[in-house]
Amino acid sequence: MIKRSFIGLSKPRLAYGSLEDTPSLKQIPTSKEVTLLADCPFDKKNLLFKKKAAVKTGQRLLLYKESDEYVVSSVTGEVSSISSYTGDFGRSYTAIAIEVAGDEEIDDEFNSAASGSKDASLETVKNYLAFAPGNPPVKLFSDKDKPINTIVVCCVDSDLLITTNQYIVKSDIDAIKNGISILKTVTGVNDIIMVASQSQMHELSATGEKVNQVNDTYPSALPHLIMKNVLGKMVPAGKTPEDIGVCFISAEAVASIGNAFKSGQIPVTKIFTLVKKDGSKSLVSARIGTPASDIFKAFNITLNENDRIIFGGPMTGSSVYSEDHPVQPDTDAIIVQDKDDIPVISDYPCTNCGDCIRVCPANIQINLLVRFLEAGQYEAAADQYDLYSCIECGLCSYVCVSEMPIFQYIRAAKYELGRANTAEATNG
Amino acid sequence: MVDNNIADNNTVNTNKFIVSHAPFWHDGSKISLRNYNMALAALPAILFGIYYYGMQAVGVLSLSISTAIIWEFIFCRITKRSNTIGDGNAAIIGMLLGMLLPATAPWWFVITGTFVAIIIGKQIFGGIGANPFNPVAVAIAILMLSWGNVFDFNEALINFDFDFAMVYPLAALKHFGVSAVDSFSMGNLLMGKQSGGIGSTFGLGLIAGGIYLIIRGIIRWEISISFLAGIIITSLIFNITDPARYAGPVIHLFAGYTLIGAFFLATEDSSSPVNFIPMLIYGAGAGFLTVLIRNIGFYVDGVIFAILIMNLINPLIDKIRPKAIGKVVENA
Repeated sequence: MIKRSFIGLSKPRLAYGSLEDTPSLKQIPTSKEVTLLADCPFDKKNLLFKKKAAVKTGQRLLLYKESDEYVVSSVTGEVSSISSYTGDFGRSYTAIAIEVAGDEEIDDEFNSAASGSKDASLETVKNYLAFAPGNPPVKLFSDKDKPINTIVVCCVDSDLLITTNQYIVKSDIDAIKNGISILKTVTGVNDIIMVASQSQMHELSATGEKVNQVNDTYPSALPHLIMKNVLGKMVPAGKTPEDIGVCFISAEAVASIGNAFKSGQIPVTKIFTLVKKDGSKSLVSARIGTPASDIFKAFNITLNENDRIIFGGPMTGSSVYSEDHPVQPDTDAIIVQDKDDIPVISDYPCTNCGDCIRVCPANIQINLLVRFLEAGQYEAAADQYDLYSCIECGLCSYVCVSEMPIFQYIRAAKYELGRANTAEATNG
Repeated sequence: MVDNNIADNNTVNTNKFIVSHAPFWHDGSKISLRNYNMALAALPAILFGIYYYGMQAVGVLSLSISTAIIWEFIFCRITKRSNTIGDGNAAIIGMLLGMLLPATAPWWFVITGTFVAIIIGKQIFGGIGANPFNPVAVAIAILMLSWGNVFDFNEALINFDFDFAMVYPLAALKHFGVSAVDSFSMGNLLMGKQSGGIGSTFGLGLIAGGIYLIIRGIIRWEISISFLAGIIITSLIFNITDPARYAGPVIHLFAGYTLIGAFFLATEDSSSPVNFIPMLIYGAGAGFLTVLIRNIGFYVDGVIFAILIMNLINPLIDKIRPKAIGKVVENA
């Protein structure tokens, strides 16, 4: 954990770690059971497959009738359970557990779809690669309401401690090149911009694509700030970059697309950073769906009561309540925090010290905003105090002298307002 | 949150984890740390006051700090709120109040002062962070208006015998004109060779403490610097227009409550602005008003009233703020 420096006059400097040499990758053997989380609510009636269904590695599992949601099995075996899972902010998932069988068989549906036509098609990408490592945002490519005219390939990792994209750039630049050319063909978008840190500029200039540099301090690699500082485009408050025609994709996702078409197989292993209790980091490669406990076992990490497991980075990740939470296509880091290292959250009020104001990259009047949020006045917060300008970097909570959960207040407010708006729309 | 799937399959493992929200890091800053650092920064000036005024100063300071904490404790008890004395804020309020008082302040005076500061200045508004005025300034203002003679430092400290002219420079300036303060050199003022509050005369110590607080990022330098700049510029303008009637910046800068005001009072978190331009306006405005009150107003020292007036307009000036990113101005 990076602490405040003695000289508190300057802003905190949270530098993204850069990968100097290509580190060794620890391979986690395939687990006995993997769990895949599909981003759609559980709906027993419309399920397209049942328990005990046999699946092969790389097989696409369409979930429901009249829905194009699918997951891609990362192992060969049989479905052992299908159930509902609720994530942060009440998001519903369908959890599919697959018991792994002895012999691995590779599914060839993707291979025949990919090689059926001479060029890769948008349909194939959309229908098979949404669950590939890095979560390629395939739905955005074909959204007719929001046409995409620029694709930003992030070769930097957006949160601290994470080095997945940097590793891919170092180890698999050819896959990225291949992926970019496929992206260009299938989407028809020629304006592809790569964003990279200074140390990556040299490697990436070899790809022949446009490479732009981002600052090496958090939060400059967050999409909204890349939009502002690199592309010079302002995303209106409450909108996403997609709304104004810019699609963000990680280097890992691009490499997944490139590798998928090259090998005729959908990639099923995810690369992520494991941060142990003592802060040491290891790069790990595991099948998508591997329970975190298997990874902890491989590294001899023992967890005790009241420790914390975080999926994602230290600033924007989310903590999970089970050791067996599975690695997902977008899991870029798993952080284990000892119970003594968990910072307290207090119920103190804002003292108006102004530290958050100085650190906020979005110029939000947080000292006033948080007073409205504490009182539950979300509408006023949105109307007068720029709630929707927040780009969700979490720095306000990080520096808060009163140790208030400001970031959580903001996310809860957005969530509640979103719910209220949906209710209004459906009830007329 | 309910997890049917993953929890069911693994009933063997019963470890409970902390599931809280991002960010999972904190830079380690704390209200109590801030306040302890503030106490540390005030220490040179306090030690100097004790060195000059002896046990009487110790008495006033101890009484002030302890009663401030006791008032806070009592109030938290009565209102059934969690006890907040541990954050050090009450102690800091008591400490600053003691530093502003003459060493001869009677016990009831100190207790009344801390009552006003803690209860009326801070707690009735909702406690830490909710006070619209600097609690110390509120208390001093009420004490000054009620028992002004206690703050007549020349009268109060008459029984102390030092190796320098025991004169309160601002009072001398007010009553006898510029010639009366000619004898105060900048060096003497900085070294505290003047009469005044226990912790408000040792200019060098206050400046050192202020610089420490600025470097640690505990107070906002914009406020302190613009306050001092406001004092210098306004007093210089007065001085240039009529040097015989109005003293130069040196006296205004190093006498009275100016330095303690610049570094410890005007910078109080909750009653001061947080945006850059408002901070400059706030500081400069307080400096300007201070000199105005001293030169053409009724009171000998204007720092307290100037800060209170600027506290009053703080919410208004703090509306001058940078535009949030992505903000779409409607009906523009």
